[in-house]
Amino acid sequence: MKIGLITLEKRAAPSPIMAVMVPVVSVFMALLVGAIFLKITGREPLPIYFEMFSRAFGTRYGLSETIVKSIPLMLAGLGVAVAFRMQLWNIGGEGQLFMGAFAATWVALSFPDQAAYLLLPLMFFAGCAGGAVWGLLPAIPRAYMGVNEIITTLMLNYVAILWVEYLVYGPWKDPHGYNFPLTAKFTAGAILPTMGDSRIHAGLLFGLTIAVVLWVVFNRTKWGYEVRVIGDSPGAARFAGMNIPRNILVVMAVSGAICGLAGMAEVSGLMHRLQPGFSPGYGYTAIIIAWLAKLNPLAIVLVAFLFGGLQVGGYIVQTTGVPATMVAMLQGSVLFFILGGDILLRYRLRWRRSPDSGAPGKGVGA
Amino acid sequence: MRKPGIKTLLVILTLVVFAFTVVGCGGGGTDTPAPAGDEKVKVGFIYIGSPGDAGWTFAHEKGRQFLLDQVPNVVTEVVENVGDADAERVLTQLAENGNKIIFATSFGFMDPTINVAAKYPDVTFLHCSGYKVADNVGTYFGRMYQARYLSGLVAGEATETNKIGYVAAHPIPEVIRGINAFTLGVREANPEATVRVVWTNTWYDPAEEKNAANALLDAGCDVIAQHQDTPGPMQAAEAKGKLSIGYNSDMSALAPKAIMTSAVWNWGPYYVETVKAVIGGTWTSSQYWGPMSDGITALAPFGPMVSDQTKNLVEEKKALILSGDWDVFTGPIKDQAGELKVQDAQVMDDGAMLEMMWFVEGVEGSI
Repeated sequence: MKIGLITLEKRAAPSPIMAVMVPVVSVFMALLVGAIFLKITGREPLPIYFEMFSRAFGTRYGLSETIVKSIPLMLAGLGVAVAFRMQLWNIGGEGQLFMGAFAATWVALSFPDQAAYLLLPLMFFAGCAGGAVWGLLPAIPRAYMGVNEIITTLMLNYVAILWVEYLVYGPWKDPHGYNFPLTAKFTAGAILPTMGDSRIHAGLLFGLTIAVVLWVVFNRTKWGYEVRVIGDSPGAARFAGMNIPRNILVVMAVSGAICGLAGMAEVSGLMHRLQPGFSPGYGYTAIIIAWLAKLNPLAIVLVAFLFGGLQVGGYIVQTTGVPATMVAMLQGSVLFFILGGDILLRYRLRWRRSPDSGAPGKGVGA
Repeated sequence: MRKPGIKTLLVILTLVVFAFTVVGCGGGGTDTPAPAGDEKVKVGFIYIGSPGDAGWTFAHEKGRQFLLDQVPNVVTEVVENVGDADAERVLTQLAENGNKIIFATSFGFMDPTINVAAKYPDVTFLHCSGYKVADNVGTYFGRMYQARYLSGLVAGEATETNKIGYVAAHPIPEVIRGINAFTLGVREANPEATVRVVWTNTWYDPAEEKNAANALLDAGCDVIAQHQDTPGPMQAAEAKGKLSIGYNSDMSALAPKAIMTSAVWNWGPYYVETVKAVIGGTWTSSQYWGPMSDGITALAPFGPMVSDQTKNLVEEKKALILSGDWDVFTGPIKDQAGELKVQDAQVMDDGAMLEMMWFVEGVEGSI
């Protein structure tokens, strides 16, 4: 790819020094850009940054809330990463999350008198099933007719969100809720246990367990290897006798199931009811998280934790008088520079001295 | 050429980072002054959106500024753009930061407010538009339907096609009550006119709201009213040379040729009264649903296109409402099917108004 006098050239292997330096420098650059704007608007950047990070990661309460925030991001991030691993672009994490929440809520509202040891496993499987079905819907036309999954998974998000809205504005409305769009509050048996007096719920265990399992599956099993081969080179995979359509179905179902579990954990562990707007776009943020973590399940846990902190810290600094728009800009510039830095890590910039001295054919398939 | 390239880049980056550190440490003294006296009472506000120039959050922000102007020993902390999923943490932070009074200004903050209030019994919480209370949690809202009725009179007088469009967010009682009150006003001024309702299924989406308004305009509506959070519907009306009624805050500056008046929130006096009552120790938990006579809802100033005849009609009905002798939902009121829902001379009680899920006669649309 050529941009003016600069050529992007793929690196054979990213150097380990760069791998550490690039993210660090990226974050610094982002904070620098933020600092300039803070300064222009008459604020001191350093105390604000200190406040943002120390209170998102440095206090017991802040840390616990950062973890709470990271749970849906982690689960949805792991979910979409499964599909991305096979280069299936599942943009439908948000919809799968909503369908998981829907299915889990259906169980919770249908069997309100059951004990937790029955209800929670049922909700767990319902959440997975809801997300899996929503992942399979676009997988079937993709597997057998080659229908582009980016469009179909994305469009199904709106269907899922509107379906949930229909339910909470209509048949599932709390009969004692003055016709407000909320389901009834879940009974005690439908609520995931929390840790101590914090709001950290068992969804964290789901996330950590799935991360480890996925890591093993991706790196130590034949199927994990197959998935990657199919993604990298479908021709070779077909030649080797791998069943591509079946793998598309399985991968999308697993991907959807994990995203659905994110929805189940949110309604059961945190909201304790289904209501519109319970997810501020976790399924979309998950895409960035999976990407930044290079689809490594263990790295996804870490990146989700950092994103959780960035969002929690963003609200905290507002109380020091920094407007919400400035916070959004700070968060945006952190993302911008990390993603930009990631390009530098994987590609080398070369200055072209004359129009014909560039390295043809080695660029990023421009 | 390769290695020097990377090195140059790194050197530049390092220099920039260094410059940042200098910039960061160099300045100083521009910090906003910390509250000087320890006596200052901290009041927290959490908003679902950003104030901007108009709308729901803007109206609350104006109320907050009014509070700061009127009560000298108060400082405020504000957190904007808080989604329902984040409310519990933000409320906890505001309580931890030492805020003694916290206003939660969106319906979705209801459960979080109740949960956090239970952990901070010394903090007074006020939740806007909900129905759950506790010893240290009160609710507050205003009888917007009264201002809606008056704005309906203006719309009914103005329409020539006898078709009025209403862009509405979500089918919940608050919105339906507003549509019904507006329609009663329209039909009082013009018994021939009908009100067409289009749901957008969103509180805030300028493009979608404009689309809905355009659909209504294309169907022959010549006045557009709305229950949304942006001036989009009014701007759509102005673009087609039609008239409109604003909502939330005075939106006349944003579509001056179209807006005849706006039904507005005026939270300031309530915030002042409540904060004074909490400081003075006289506050007790209640469910406050303030009438127009308390000033919590009002009609914004009329645009130049509104006739004196209309103004007189509005003044007449307004005096009646302010006197408390008459209210909007006084029978006879029929529903869309023509069935009598409120008997002649009967007044609908608050419970029925708060749960209202049916349209009055004259509304075209379904819930």
